[in-house]
Amino acid sequence: MDRRACLLPVLAIAAFASAGRAQDSAGGQTSVQVPDEGRAVYEQICQACHMADAKGGDGAGARIPALAGNPRLADKDYPVTLLLKGRGGMPWFTEILTHRQMAAVVNYVRGHFNSFPGTVTEAYVDRVASAPPPKPDCMTCGN
Amino acid sequence: MFDDFEAPSRRDLLLMIGRTGGAAAMYQAMTALGHAAATRFTGPPQLSGARPGASVLVLGAGLAGMLAAYELSKAGYKVQVLEFQDRPGGRNYSVRGGDRIVEVGGATQTVQYAPGNYLNPGPWRIPHHHRTLLHYATQFGVELEPFIQLNHNAFVHRHDAFGGKPQRYKELAVDFKGHTSELLAKALNAGQLDSAVSKEDKERLLVAMREWGVLDKSDRYTSDLHVAAQRGYDKAPGGGVDGAPTSAGINGLSDVLDSHVWTQMGFYFGSVMQTTMFQPKGGMDMIGKGFYREVGKLVRLNTRVTKITQDDHGVAAQWTDTKTGQAGESRADYMVCTIPATILNQIDIQVSPAKKAAIAALPYSAQVKIGLEMKSRFWEENYAIYGGHSFTDQAIGLISYPNYNFFKGGPAVLLGAFASGAGGYQLAGMTPEARIAAALEQGSVFHPAEYKAEYLNGASVAWSRMPWIMGCCATWSEESRATHYQNLVSLDGRIVLAGEHASYYGCWMEGALLSSTDAIMRLHQRALAA
Repeated sequence: MDRRACLLPVLAIAAFASAGRAQDSAGGQTSVQVPDEGRAVYEQICQACHMADAKGGDGAGARIPALAGNPRLADKDYPVTLLLKGRGGMPWFTEILTHRQMAAVVNYVRGHFNSFPGTVTEAYVDRVASAPPPKPDCMTCGN
Repeated sequence: MFDDFEAPSRRDLLLMIGRTGGAAAMYQAMTALGHAAATRFTGPPQLSGARPGASVLVLGAGLAGMLAAYELSKAGYKVQVLEFQDRPGGRNYSVRGGDRIVEVGGATQTVQYAPGNYLNPGPWRIPHHHRTLLHYATQFGVELEPFIQLNHNAFVHRHDAFGGKPQRYKELAVDFKGHTSELLAKALNAGQLDSAVSKEDKERLLVAMREWGVLDKSDRYTSDLHVAAQRGYDKAPGGGVDGAPTSAGINGLSDVLDSHVWTQMGFYFGSVMQTTMFQPKGGMDMIGKGFYREVGKLVRLNTRVTKITQDDHGVAAQWTDTKTGQAGESRADYMVCTIPATILNQIDIQVSPAKKAAIAALPYSAQVKIGLEMKSRFWEENYAIYGGHSFTDQAIGLISYPNYNFFKGGPAVLLGAFASGAGGYQLAGMTPEARIAAALEQGSVFHPAEYKAEYLNGASVAWSRMPWIMGCCATWSEESRATHYQNLVSLDGRIVLAGEHASYYGCWMEGALLSSTDAIMRLHQRALAA
């Protein structure tokens, strides 16, 4: 992969930071680094909602879906598309994770919390992400 | 000689400007004269003449739901409100000593703050132009006090600037202004901008840069007493024989750029971040409690809605009482549903496929707030920081100092984190104990001698793990807004949705109230036309 392609996700993060996702925010930008390793991505990002055991949880008559033992994850494109575009209450993660990190965490979730065959690569995520990432629409973000 | 000159009224003046300069000029002038409003609020909804016996079922007792209940019942509707939680207010929420915070997965915190102390996990600051919110707060007798937004004496920290040592905002901001002014003056003096600005503007710009940037006689930004009068002295002005002040140094341009201080300077320019800002005395939930005093008798708490239906004659919500297990059904002619999209997306609701698609297209953000109770107000006593924020590029985002009980000693609760983005997920994914430990570690950068030593106890709210909402605020994209927004807010048979998610003012209480106002006005028209 060439250097230019490698830089793209970083640029996307910078562009996002000025637009702001958090509608009310601390102000300024953090330099929080997310590691590239699948397990670390899961622990630092995904388990905020899906929980450390990947079993999700119950809320007010609604559920945060379990990722452990989830048959929908048999299809590799399913988690990749979710990370790129979001679905239901889950946001897109294009401003937080690089395609390399997305591939790593998809492999971790499909392999560690399930036993689905096959892995995805960064190039695979690049291909699925043919459309530009979602642009936040917020007039009152305060950033 | 001016005796016969009658000053034009504002209206005359605006008409004149409108005729000569067109609508854009008139709007600009209106803004300058204080006419063009920063919010759509023009007064509470004027609803009257509800048909006798007409009824509305409201789902959710947050601000949107309670505004709907208040105004609709005033207009003559029979109103019932169903609320999942054991308290009203929704995200208009404060936690105090003795409160329990239960997360998805069961982690439970019992808050240990001293009486009078609190954390506002959700909304915490009110812009002066959020007229709807200010209207109801005033009407319900909620006492407001200033929220210290901009504190020049607080800190800015980045791990890779100034060797990781926090700097005072005023020093960085004055230095940034000075260096950029010097550079612009240099370019102007060298004639490099002659094609971009007129001769007259060039002269005025040079004056502006000298005055605003506090440049010296050679148009350079250097350390002197004039600069010290903005960013702070080495020896402050005193009295008597040794009263003469001395200036402090300045930071070099490169160091100032390392700090990214422009992100904070820019932050304060946002219309929702400009001073003056307010907070209710005693906690943000005073707003919700104000509404609840009016509509509490209409609200059924601990009620989980399981199914929503409608037909030609009315609406119905099936529910379960979360305390007793009792099942029931509430019926009415119309419905205002303020259940957050994260939850509503998983409830069986009888609306059009387009509205269902809109509800399913709203992801929620995952902010984290952490309130740390400290033995003393060391930030006031040792640092002369009274309210406002110290910013960091670590996951916690900032620490923010309490805006009440100044000079009164401890214990006091400061905001130890307002995390979003990757930092928000990192903190949310931790146990409550680990969140506190991380907040103490990261916040120590500002007050290393005191932060851990003065710590008493803490509480955190990770919005993605709050069972009643599983997220903080709806997030729109340009695409989802274009495809789904109108479908989300449309009146669907007898059901209308309301809340911050159904507004262009996302994540602000004002958005929830404006959304609800608009929804009930449309519902009222529909009911009158039926």
